[in-house]
Amino acid sequence: MTMEKYVLIPLLPLIGFCINIWFGRFYQEKAHWISILAVLGSFILSVITFIEVLQGKVINYDLYSWVISGNFKVSIGFLIDQLTAIMLIVVTSVSLLVHIYSVGYMHGDSGYYRFFSYLNLFTFSMLMLVTGNNLMQLYFGWEAVGLCSYFLIGYYFRKQSAADAGKKAFIVNRFGDFGFGIGVFMVFIYLETLHYTDIFANIHTLQGQTINILGFEIGLVTLIALLLFCGAIGKSAQLPLHVWLADAMEGPTPVSALIHAATMVTAGVFLVARFNPLFSMSETAMMVVALTGAITSLFAATIALVQNDIKRIIAYSTVSQLGYMFLACGVGAYGAGIFHLFTHAYFKALLFLGAGSVMHAMAGQLDIQKMGGLRKYMPITFWTFMIASVSIAGIPGLAGFFSKDEILWLAYNAGTVGRIVWVIGTIVAGLTAFYSFRIVFLTFFGKFKGTHEEEHHLHESPSSMTVPLMILAVGAISAGWVGIPPLLGGTNMIGHFLEPVLGHPHVHGTHAEEWMVIAISVVVALGGIFTAAVMYLWAPGIPQLLGRTFRSIYTVLWNKYYVDELYDYTIVRPTKWIGSRILVGVTDGKIIEGIVNGVPKLIAEFGERFRKLQTGFLQHYAMGMAFGLFVILSLVLIFVKQ
Amino acid sequence: MNIPLPDLTPIIPEIIMSIVTCALLTVEVFVKDKTKDFLGIICIGTALAVMYMIPMSQGVTFGGMFISDGYSSYFKFIFLISLILTILISFKFIQREDAEFGEYYSLLMFATAGMMIMASSADLILLYLGLELMALSTYILAGIKRHDTRSNEAALKYFLLGAFSSAILLFGISLTYGLTTSTNIYQIAEHLKQGETSITLLIAMIMIICAFAFKIASAPFHMWAPDVYQGAPTSVTAFFSVGPKAAGFAVIGRVFFIAFESLQMDWTAILIGLAILTMAVGNILAIVQTNMKRMLAYSSIAHAGYALLGIIAGTTEGLNAVMTYLLIYAFMNMGAFAIVILLEKGENIKDYNGLSKSHPLVAAMMLVFMFSLTGIPPTAGFIGKFNIFMAAINAGYTWVVVVAVCFSAISAYYYMRIVMNMFMKPMEAEAKIYPNPANGAALLISLLMVFIIGIMPSVVIGYTFQMFM
Repeated sequence: MTMEKYVLIPLLPLIGFCINIWFGRFYQEKAHWISILAVLGSFILSVITFIEVLQGKVINYDLYSWVISGNFKVSIGFLIDQLTAIMLIVVTSVSLLVHIYSVGYMHGDSGYYRFFSYLNLFTFSMLMLVTGNNLMQLYFGWEAVGLCSYFLIGYYFRKQSAADAGKKAFIVNRFGDFGFGIGVFMVFIYLETLHYTDIFANIHTLQGQTINILGFEIGLVTLIALLLFCGAIGKSAQLPLHVWLADAMEGPTPVSALIHAATMVTAGVFLVARFNPLFSMSETAMMVVALTGAITSLFAATIALVQNDIKRIIAYSTVSQLGYMFLACGVGAYGAGIFHLFTHAYFKALLFLGAGSVMHAMAGQLDIQKMGGLRKYMPITFWTFMIASVSIAGIPGLAGFFSKDEILWLAYNAGTVGRIVWVIGTIVAGLTAFYSFRIVFLTFFGKFKGTHEEEHHLHESPSSMTVPLMILAVGAISAGWVGIPPLLGGTNMIGHFLEPVLGHPHVHGTHAEEWMVIAISVVVALGGIFTAAVMYLWAPGIPQLLGRTFRSIYTVLWNKYYVDELYDYTIVRPTKWIGSRILVGVTDGKIIEGIVNGVPKLIAEFGERFRKLQTGFLQHYAMGMAFGLFVILSLVLIFVKQ
Repeated sequence: MNIPLPDLTPIIPEIIMSIVTCALLTVEVFVKDKTKDFLGIICIGTALAVMYMIPMSQGVTFGGMFISDGYSSYFKFIFLISLILTILISFKFIQREDAEFGEYYSLLMFATAGMMIMASSADLILLYLGLELMALSTYILAGIKRHDTRSNEAALKYFLLGAFSSAILLFGISLTYGLTTSTNIYQIAEHLKQGETSITLLIAMIMIICAFAFKIASAPFHMWAPDVYQGAPTSVTAFFSVGPKAAGFAVIGRVFFIAFESLQMDWTAILIGLAILTMAVGNILAIVQTNMKRMLAYSSIAHAGYALLGIIAGTTEGLNAVMTYLLIYAFMNMGAFAIVILLEKGENIKDYNGLSKSHPLVAAMMLVFMFSLTGIPPTAGFIGKFNIFMAAINAGYTWVVVVAVCFSAISAYYYMRIVMNMFMKPMEAEAKIYPNPANGAALLISLLMVFIIGIMPSVVIGYTFQMFM
């Protein structure tokens, strides 16, 4: 076992978790020190590791094997290549900032130390997920982040809606993870290994193999890819399993920023990118990924247009942007997908934390219709939020523009499917700009629409919250500069950096076409912002007019396409009905109760009888031994024919 | 006549153990009551020194009667571990129990020396000698609380039944000698390989099996165990549940894998029957117990049943799994007993009600040991069971493993009941604990090992195998 510093990257947060969860109650208000120091340590080590990877070092080794049995080997190991290095930076930097932000945001909460220990546990799990060199460890991290997400969504567990949202997230993810689990099993069955390097080295042997399911011949590669993608759909809240993410906003805002925007929900994209050799082998799987991403991004963006809950709008925006990343992966532009993941982490975390800062000032108010004019009360929050919105809208020069443009350009070049998703992506870009600025205009501009009492309370947040905002704002501006395309005078550093792992799709479009793609997306983004300005700044009557004119469309969007209701009628209610009538009544009441109570009862009764043999009399014991010897001897003599 | 002195290197650990113990017995008279802990510390020091020496004293001596190889070394390591842990949990406890006689430590040492001789004996006569050295010491240990009738009863029962089993063993040995003209395990194997089997040989083997089954408390030869475990002082019970059991497995491995190798088909069949019966009796009867020590007695019976699976597998993998299992079992069982000793009243299961409220740390540790005994990852108990079951499956005994897993599931009931009592039941009376550094050290060692083996098994197991084998 070689201990190297990479081990410490996930280990430090784990140590922080252990200390805080055990001893946190003794120093309540100081719990954040340990957590922050742990994550800071991870962050510094991640930066060092990143620099090493930048110099061309790729680390792949098994720390130790937990269980070895034949081919089956469960090991803890680390694969730190270019992809992991980027993820390490994203996870540790955002986590560090969110930790610091939480000092102010969670101040005075009764479960202060509990909150920080969960954040640490989450960071550990996420780091295990991205650093693992085998599917088993990925699966461990995958489930562990899900568990932490459950803990943190339901953090205010005394609130019914929060507890429900936690359960919803967990249960909805079960659907995806079921497929994912089967995918992992199939990888092991057909390739007899769970290590990435071995999987990718042998993956070509699966080419052309088919498997018969209900009479359909399905390509093995396609099937495994789609099963793994099932997990990604659940974790990254893509259609049709997107329903949990909006409800997950019941958790504290720092959690939304860290888990439900920057890191955990991007695990799905990481999975697809990590398994790019597998996905690239199946056109069908690629198409499914691309279309799922594209449709989800459009779907979520349209819902975001009409919502009033600030966090939910950003949540739908996250779903939409995750769709963008899948869209990129689906057209083979894995590098662009990861690039977008990287930039998105900063501007989206910033949006959430900004929203948190607003909520902090508004005493928990979430409805943007009841805000307005906050610009002058909280300038730092306003400016940073503005930067994030400009970035996500795709205005040239800021982070969001470069990654979004890269995706759109590569999609444009990727055949028929690519053209379709390019069109969808461009539309979504416009919608994104619109709803992002709708928040900005309704929240920070105009007149304050809340009560006087609320207005009296308005204040800028403490520096522990505003400093992370400013740092993230730097990220939201500059994160994209690592991927400036050659056309605009850059070298697309991140693309080349990731190329050894993710490859780079062949581009055959002309410069003129690239200019056109850029121009269209910029025009669309500006159009979105302009429309928002018209509707919410200059002519505030228009939204209501539109709402009345297109009442049916508005209602559908307001109700998020009734997907929750659909699930309620088709899945939740039948399940509950079956649960209460059949399971509780018959299966549980009669069969399981019968078994659960019956078997121990039977055993206990059996035990009581048996116990009588244990009389305490020495003679009986000696008799027992003699009898035992006698029985064994007789049995052997009877069965052994001499 | 000039008789050359045999090579003493392989037996030096046993010699040192014996000399130190005899010295302790004589010195003990002059030691004041207040300073008797000192004797225990000497014992621990000796045990550590011997442990250090074991890997260096390998070889065969006394005309092939005594063999010190990797196999025996590993078992000696387990015996010494259990000896050290026992002494650690004994210090203050035997004062509390009013059983602090100087011979207490000497007897533990003698019993351990006996086990070490058992593990190293390549001759049935020497094996018997070691076995009796161990057994006689343990009989006295069981009755060391001279004024306690239960303790006396335990000692007497243990002695009489033990004598009974010794008689069976000697009968088996003499029959074997009559058939093969040797008591040397390797010569017996040579002889039997020539293909001569007879009913008498089978009878001899069955008698040896039954005697060994008594030592590991396998049903139907287990009946002494609950009474003795309950009657003996708790620290002694902890020792009984680990040391002699491991010694029993050590000789089973040596005798059946080598001497009776050619009869593998027959003893496997018998052991399968014994293993299933043992698991059934241990687990089912553990459920109805209300006394903690009795429950742990039945639990240790059940664990002997699981461990037998590794012997049944009949492969090196199986044997290694048994050895690993016994090492793990030593830590988790000693840990559980250390908690029982830590509490003023830990004898009844209902004493544990609401323990998490009065002593959260104690309850949390007990939880870990209970999880480990049940076999839940990431504790060591899981690894132990996993290895054993895997070895049995690889050897083709899948159905036995299925049975074992079912019983293992049943065992969750009584282990988790303790956990439930500690964490979910209301507190009846504030539990009083007697913490002391020695007991704390034993707890800490057990706890750490349960986690370390559970989390990085291949590292620890690999290391111990490398050290001693």
